[in-house]
Amino acid sequence: MDDLLADFLTETNEGLVALDAALVKLERCPDDRPTLSEIFRLVHTIKGTCGFLGLSRLEHVAHAAENVLGKYRDGSLVVTGDGITLVLSSLDRIKMIVSGIERTGSETAGDDQPLIAALDAASEGRSPPPAASAPEVSLAVEVAPEPAEIAAPILRAETPPLAEPESSSGTSLAPQTIRVTVDVLEDLMTLVSELVLTRNQLMQLVRASGDNAFAVPLQRLSHITTDLQEGVMKTRMQPIGNAWAKLPRLVRDLSLELGKKIELDMRGAETELDRQVLELIKDPLTHMVRNSGDHGLETPAQRRAAGKPDAGRIILNAYHEGGHIIIEVGDDGRGLPVERIRQKVLANGLATEAELAGMAEHEIQRFIFRAGFSTAAAVTAVSGRGVGMDVVKTNIEKIGGTIELRSREGRGTTFIIKIPLTLAIVSALVVAAGGERFAIPQIGVLELVRVGGGGGAAVERVNDTPVLRLRERLLPLVSLATLLRLDAVPEGNGDAAFVIVTQVGPHVFGIIVDRVFDTEEIVVKPVAPILRHVTMFSGNTILGDGSVIMILDPNGIARATGVGADDLGEDQAAAAIANARSNARTAMLLFRAGDATPKAVPLGLVARLEDIAAEQIEMSAGHPVVQYRGKLMPLIPIGGHWMPPEPGARQSVLVFNERDRALGLMVDEILDVVEERLTIESQQDQPGFLGSAVIAGKVTEVLDCAYWLHQAGEDWFGPEARQQASARVLIVEDSAFFRNLVVPTLSSVGYEVTAVDDAMAALRLREAGHSFDIIISDIEMPGMDGFAFAAAVREGGPWRDLPLIALSGRAGAADVARGREAGFTDYVGKFDRGAVLRSLADCLAHVGA
Amino acid sequence: MQTNMQTGTQPGPPASRGAVPAEDAGIVFLTLTVAGKPCAVPALVVRDVLGPQTITRIPLAPPEVAGSLNLRGRIVTAIDLRRRLGLPPREAGAPAPMSVVVEHGGELYSLLSDAVGEVVPLHARDAAPNPPTLDPLWREVSKGVHRQDGRLLIVLDVERVLAFGPM
Repeated sequence: MDDLLADFLTETNEGLVALDAALVKLERCPDDRPTLSEIFRLVHTIKGTCGFLGLSRLEHVAHAAENVLGKYRDGSLVVTGDGITLVLSSLDRIKMIVSGIERTGSETAGDDQPLIAALDAASEGRSPPPAASAPEVSLAVEVAPEPAEIAAPILRAETPPLAEPESSSGTSLAPQTIRVTVDVLEDLMTLVSELVLTRNQLMQLVRASGDNAFAVPLQRLSHITTDLQEGVMKTRMQPIGNAWAKLPRLVRDLSLELGKKIELDMRGAETELDRQVLELIKDPLTHMVRNSGDHGLETPAQRRAAGKPDAGRIILNAYHEGGHIIIEVGDDGRGLPVERIRQKVLANGLATEAELAGMAEHEIQRFIFRAGFSTAAAVTAVSGRGVGMDVVKTNIEKIGGTIELRSREGRGTTFIIKIPLTLAIVSALVVAAGGERFAIPQIGVLELVRVGGGGGAAVERVNDTPVLRLRERLLPLVSLATLLRLDAVPEGNGDAAFVIVTQVGPHVFGIIVDRVFDTEEIVVKPVAPILRHVTMFSGNTILGDGSVIMILDPNGIARATGVGADDLGEDQAAAAIANARSNARTAMLLFRAGDATPKAVPLGLVARLEDIAAEQIEMSAGHPVVQYRGKLMPLIPIGGHWMPPEPGARQSVLVFNERDRALGLMVDEILDVVEERLTIESQQDQPGFLGSAVIAGKVTEVLDCAYWLHQAGEDWFGPEARQQASARVLIVEDSAFFRNLVVPTLSSVGYEVTAVDDAMAALRLREAGHSFDIIISDIEMPGMDGFAFAAAVREGGPWRDLPLIALSGRAGAADVARGREAGFTDYVGKFDRGAVLRSLADCLAHVGA
Repeated sequence: MQTNMQTGTQPGPPASRGAVPAEDAGIVFLTLTVAGKPCAVPALVVRDVLGPQTITRIPLAPPEVAGSLNLRGRIVTAIDLRRRLGLPPREAGAPAPMSVVVEHGGELYSLLSDAVGEVVPLHARDAAPNPPTLDPLWREVSKGVHRQDGRLLIVLDVERVLAFGPM
């Protein structure tokens, strides 16, 4: 039975009860105008609704009764006892038909003609036909329960349904609904929340006192409380379809307005969630559907051109997953235009070009969640009014949810919203930091890691910033005590602590706490208005032991620490290929060798880190070597005086690789891998080092790899490379570090190398008439970048046909394509020394041929 | 564990002075002491008077907020009156403060006081405006002073007392 019919039945039954009373009252004082009007209105409503629902039997009976009542009302007919009886009998008929609908879902068959004829006769002022007039009295008195005694012919037809009055009340198909105001439900929920808290409190007391006398009844109470909680929760649940009800109309209007064909596909509309949550996501959902139609989908012409069907699809999908509901809003449109977003980001100054260059596509796409961001070129009536995805994101985060997106250009965009089923009661982890306890909702917690206190993982520091190496990932950490400006309390368990690994959007970070207690069901209560500005908390609650506890908001923590600010996610930057621009961050391996000064080498140059047992190190012609992967690997000590390690000790070795050859640099200790801006402060004459830089807060010597590789012997770079001697190479590179790295590398194999630090300087060389055989250029440079430089070279002049090799920290397929478009002959990753040499050889050979 | 002195049942002078003329029946006030200073708040806004409570500190909250406490399942924000009134902090080892719980804007707040006195009607004839030389901080939260049994009571304006920090 559909909802509409169920509502109708509820309403009609209410109306019929009121009618019975009113008619009896009317009979007593026939001149009571207001009562008459009320009766007329009630019958009219029933008639109108059943006409709308296509219940023709009901409609006809109600219509005939309404006619009589209409005459009474306008005074053209005098109210008589007979007339009232007749109207009452028509109400009984209506009740009968209604109960039939309740049982079967549709109108039962039956003949109402005699009744209608009697009513019509009454309304025309005639005396009712005998057939109808005979049973009048019995009809009025005996409303229904004993059908056998009602001999009236007009009721005969209805005998079958009336023969089973018990079943009609007992097994009625109609959902027996009553109307309850939302306030009552809210109050119930609040009471149940309090009950849950009290139950928790009692449980804790009993556990503490160990009094068994209460254990059993308390267990019972606990079960009942849980059941009650679920029951009350159910009363608040509504299908998400309710929030979607307006969307088909909205999409239809949209498609007309935009001249697009749009199909709306709604799946999982029956998925239920708390009505409070439902109310809160209604607007964001509407906004997103509107966005999909407006920005996401193309016009039919564009779609045809792209080989897609004319009609675009907007797909809404809802389903349960764990304690959450997932709502997907997707379209099969054009996808997010990464290039447009990039330009907009630049234009709005949200990120620099260098930062953007280091970002993956999905990170750039996430910029649409930033405030004041709309990619719609034109502001249409539909969307693009400044209220954008940032508002959607904020609203969803407000209710403890998360939003992510998947988009492929040309294929469409899907937003994935994950929200808790209910806001009222959540499961939370109770933790302690700085001597205070806090609750953290479990939705955000990925895992718990015990750190310190001997064994297992340990918190490390990168320039005083704590990090945790967790399964090959460098996890940024925040200390809760520091963040909340609490005094660190010596806990007596050494440095042992816990890291709560938390995810906010795509950002994963760890929160350091002193202790972890238990999980508890908590009821989130809003904080007092004077504390609303503290965004670190989403609310507060009362624990089982009766104490008040603050509830942490992972989103707020992420914002406060800059982790989830949707700008350059540090962890992603680390994952990106190390970008070696002088002002960009470079992953550096820190180690100690010889003296106490830490030393550093770009991680990208190091193939592997090895720990070699002292026994494996052998001497060959006075030099230490090790058998490594079936070959002999020369080992070179850094720091001059190398003493073979004690037997049983191990030697740390940085392994550099070149085709099938390997070279090991022996160091005393590997310290860390850090991500730092590499600025070589002072050049120095000490061979083997490029100079010093401040890394991780300490003065660190930066290794000159070329020098050390050279130590391995003349033929290190292989015979092929040496054959390419004597070509003249121009290197355009803004980073001193790379000039210092590449120049010696190339010089050592015989190239004649000239290095300049920017494109303008290179072009000045061209004006001055210098000539070269090949040019290697960096891409990301201040002023004129590599692409512009290539275009300038290709434009004309003596260098027009020179091979051009792009050297960049990023060498993805897209970058290579872009480089070739700009005029580069080849595109090589910065750290791939072998590739640089190969590319040089290839390009030169090609020119020579 | 909580000494629940409902203000309505508080014994004291008001009962004995029942026959005050209607127009000067005065408003009933609850007297309290903050760092030795006698103060008063309108008894009508007071919901509860509690003995020392376990108070949960709230990090990053304004300094005037001492924390929050549990009053029969409702969370009450505790305001340190000494801090709010610019008075020296409680000496170490001093007895824990009492809570005068007031309702404001649908929320419960506890005004932490060193001692809670009695419920007294104060008469308009004993009232005097704030002396102009009163400390600005006090002037902001005081409705005036009252003579009572030979001492001067500062009548606190609860709404103003709670108006601090970023609202």
